[in-house]
Amino acid sequence: MAVSKENIRNFCIIAHIDHGKSTLADRLLEKTKSVALRDMTAQLLDKMDLERERGITIKAHAVKLNYVAEDGNEYMLNLIDTPGHVDFNYEVSRSLAACEGAVLIIDASQGVEAQTLANTYLALDHNLEIVPVINKIDLPSADPERVSAEVEDVIGLECSDAPRVSAKTGLNVEQVLERIVKDIPAPVGDDSKPLRALIFDSVYDSYKGVIVYVRVKEGKIKPGDTMRMMATGAEFTVVETGYMRATLPEPCSELTAGEVGYITASIKTVSDAQVGDTVTTAENPAAEPLPGYRKVNPMVFCGVYPADGADYENLRDALEKLHLNDAALTFEPETSGALGFGFRCGFLGLLHLEIIQERLEREYDLDLVTTIPSVVYKIHLSDGSTVEIDNPTHYPDPTYIDYCEEPFTDAHIYAPADYVGTIMDLCQDRRGVFKNMDYITPDRVDIHYELPLNEIIYDFFDSLKSRTRGYASFDYEISDYRRSNLVKLDVLLNGDIIDALSFIIHSEKAYGKARRIAEKLKDNIPRQMFEIPIQIGIGGKIIARETVKAMRKDVLAKCYGGDITRKKKLLEKQKEGKKRMRHFGTVEVPQEAFMAVLKLDDND
Amino acid sequence: MKPIGLYLHVPFCSGKCPYCDFYSVIPKNEIMDLYVRTLCEKIKAENRIYDTVYFGGGTPSLLGAERISEILACIKREQNCEVTLECNPSDTGSENSPFDFYAVKSAGVNRISLGLQSAVDSERKALGRKSGCAEIERAIQRAKKAGINNISLDLMLGIPGQTKDSLKKSIEFCANSGAAHISAYILKIEKDTFFYKARNKLMLPDEDETCDLYLYAVEELKKSGFNQYEVSNFSKEGFESRHNLKYWHCDEYLGIGAAAHSFVDGKRFYYERSIDDFINGALPIDDGNGGSEEEYIMLNLRLSEGLNFEKHKKRYNKEIPKSFIEKAKEFEAHSLVKITEQAVSLTAEGFLVSNAIISALIDTVEN
Repeated sequence: MAVSKENIRNFCIIAHIDHGKSTLADRLLEKTKSVALRDMTAQLLDKMDLERERGITIKAHAVKLNYVAEDGNEYMLNLIDTPGHVDFNYEVSRSLAACEGAVLIIDASQGVEAQTLANTYLALDHNLEIVPVINKIDLPSADPERVSAEVEDVIGLECSDAPRVSAKTGLNVEQVLERIVKDIPAPVGDDSKPLRALIFDSVYDSYKGVIVYVRVKEGKIKPGDTMRMMATGAEFTVVETGYMRATLPEPCSELTAGEVGYITASIKTVSDAQVGDTVTTAENPAAEPLPGYRKVNPMVFCGVYPADGADYENLRDALEKLHLNDAALTFEPETSGALGFGFRCGFLGLLHLEIIQERLEREYDLDLVTTIPSVVYKIHLSDGSTVEIDNPTHYPDPTYIDYCEEPFTDAHIYAPADYVGTIMDLCQDRRGVFKNMDYITPDRVDIHYELPLNEIIYDFFDSLKSRTRGYASFDYEISDYRRSNLVKLDVLLNGDIIDALSFIIHSEKAYGKARRIAEKLKDNIPRQMFEIPIQIGIGGKIIARETVKAMRKDVLAKCYGGDITRKKKLLEKQKEGKKRMRHFGTVEVPQEAFMAVLKLDDND
Repeated sequence: MKPIGLYLHVPFCSGKCPYCDFYSVIPKNEIMDLYVRTLCEKIKAENRIYDTVYFGGGTPSLLGAERISEILACIKREQNCEVTLECNPSDTGSENSPFDFYAVKSAGVNRISLGLQSAVDSERKALGRKSGCAEIERAIQRAKKAGINNISLDLMLGIPGQTKDSLKKSIEFCANSGAAHISAYILKIEKDTFFYKARNKLMLPDEDETCDLYLYAVEELKKSGFNQYEVSNFSKEGFESRHNLKYWHCDEYLGIGAAAHSFVDGKRFYYERSIDDFINGALPIDDGNGGSEEEYIMLNLRLSEGLNFEKHKKRYNKEIPKSFIEKAKEFEAHSLVKITEQAVSLTAEGFLVSNAIISALIDTVEN
């Protein structure tokens, strides 16, 4: 049922992780009776199990709430859920571009944290009206007054009359709805202009094809129209337009300017409906697309190989299926002398990588070997050309290299002042460049460092958390490329280079890493018939070595009549054991040794 | 019918050696009689002819010459049948031993095997031997006097306290003893043995020392005229154990007695490890097929002569694949294997890691 534009409110909820965004969304759904209580599984909007487990939203979704306010009027409240993690900043910004306002949740005991600020600034950048809400007042450690003052100091928002709520119990949640109606402006937009609709999300559905979530800025769209994606030029015939209710789509005859809803057009893959793109019609196309579209680029790469070569097809199918719904995931076939056939995959960041890996293992039941994640390095050759390398095996011959550049990030670490020392130690250790330190409050600091991306893609976050007993939070953005002394470490077993184990590292870190790898390999490679020299080198120069001594004696048992069957079985077992070995020239390396060196969560 | 080997298991001992995990009991005469009777029944039921007979155990000599003769009387043998009897030096070599070598020789025994283990008193003690080597010497003397000239001695390597020097002494004893054959085994601590329980207190040579002892033994035995022909077996020319060679040539043999194994008409089977069951007429248990190419290769590679290409081709009607030779060459580069026009064989160093080498080589022969 169409509602006049004045009664539409398009808003999102922004917050730091775990401040209660999803719970509040649940409550809003409940209060507006958008979903029957019996259909409520807590945190309905987080559809995927994985998301639910980690307490994060990976993909944005949108929901239309019908609300009758205190003034008696019926309002159409469009809640757009936004991803909470820094890896997905682009998605967040596109969701914000679909709104006029943002409900900002602050945890009544934790106060202002990294993402609180980051998302607020992002919302302000988009000229959104911000409605602060102080949540979790039911907790014993809640201190709404203190937090309110913090918000006013740090962000500069009036907070004294912000609703104090408990999304968990439902206390005062109606106040949030009233504030949305009162403080967030209604959208503006001219129905008669050529269509310009912003795609802020797209989801693949096996029945309808891709469901494209749009915010119509200008014009109208209805089934039968020919929609055109302005970035790619691709055209599709609209099959259905509608609104999303909590569990069901609600088709409508058309979507008009100011509204938020979905379009389906038998689109096969989400790459055809890219977040940030503008939808117009072929019949009456707009002259200019909406601003802000950005082609998403992966930042972190790793090799993904099936542990059992026979699973290659399954892995490929799984990646294709994931890609249907994740335009940011890239993958290309790759081979390794060591690991066989696999893929080089690109991710928005480490969290994205971990999530994909987990989904592959869990949803598709795949046993995987993932190689060391790599960033994209720019290698400037002496002939003047530049190559971008994300795979160590493509690292050019050092003799042709003039200089290298690596990506850097702007990183902010928010923590209690007590931990400044240990945090700075960590950042120094990761080749960080100190920029600034601000006291947000007398006890909380915002430390600004420039850190190389490859230093934070492994376990920087874990180290930070453990050094600060969980109190620190961290936010980064890729900034620029800087000159760097990079080297490629090669691992040699019995004189042969094992390509899958090579990696690019800063020269400062090379020796330490080389030694640790040599030790790990020595501990994990079983003795074989001859001595195995383990060498780690840069170019031709060996900088670390270990040796696996030769096995001189295995079981030397008697073999008379009664022993023959047993001996046969023993050899069978040895044959099976070998299947799990990877052969590198004449050396047998068990899976475990490989994994020990390559594992993502290597804490050494 | 082609003659095959006959193995008779005699699971009787007067005591348990600290390193032994074989099945054996201390027998009463009645049990021995029953057991012998069952052996004879089974032998007669087979109606075959044999070219080797081997009394193994336990301590076969415990049966006494009379019972042994009784059994041999049932066995149809070829003219040059090798008949081996394992003997305990303390039973057959003690001063007042009643063991009658003449009688067993008459009955057909033409080869005996004695467990020397070590000629060094301190080492013998550690192995549970209560007396010195004199009894071995006596046993050998008596056997030879009775006309049995084919004598084999067992040696143990890597035993507590052993060094190259002490091993040399044991080998010297062997050289001077008049023995024609030596079996030298590396001590393996088996579960359910006294040594296993005491394993933390045993002063065993470490892996390197043990390997050195083995290689030293191979060398010294060779100098004394005992040529290595199998992983653990050495002999003067012409005195190899023909019965045991059947195992390593993957030839057929029948095993009768508790815990005895057989390989007949392409099938493997065995009797349960129970004297009572055997006496009560239990039938042997199926153990699958035997004589596969993999088995053949596995067994022949235990021999110093190795895997002979001609013989292999004759038996399996196929060539040894190239990949096999390639793999063998890798080992040859480390002096673990020797390749000639006729055969592929393991060297003494190769024997030490025979499991790994053999499994790698067999891997290349995928059917």
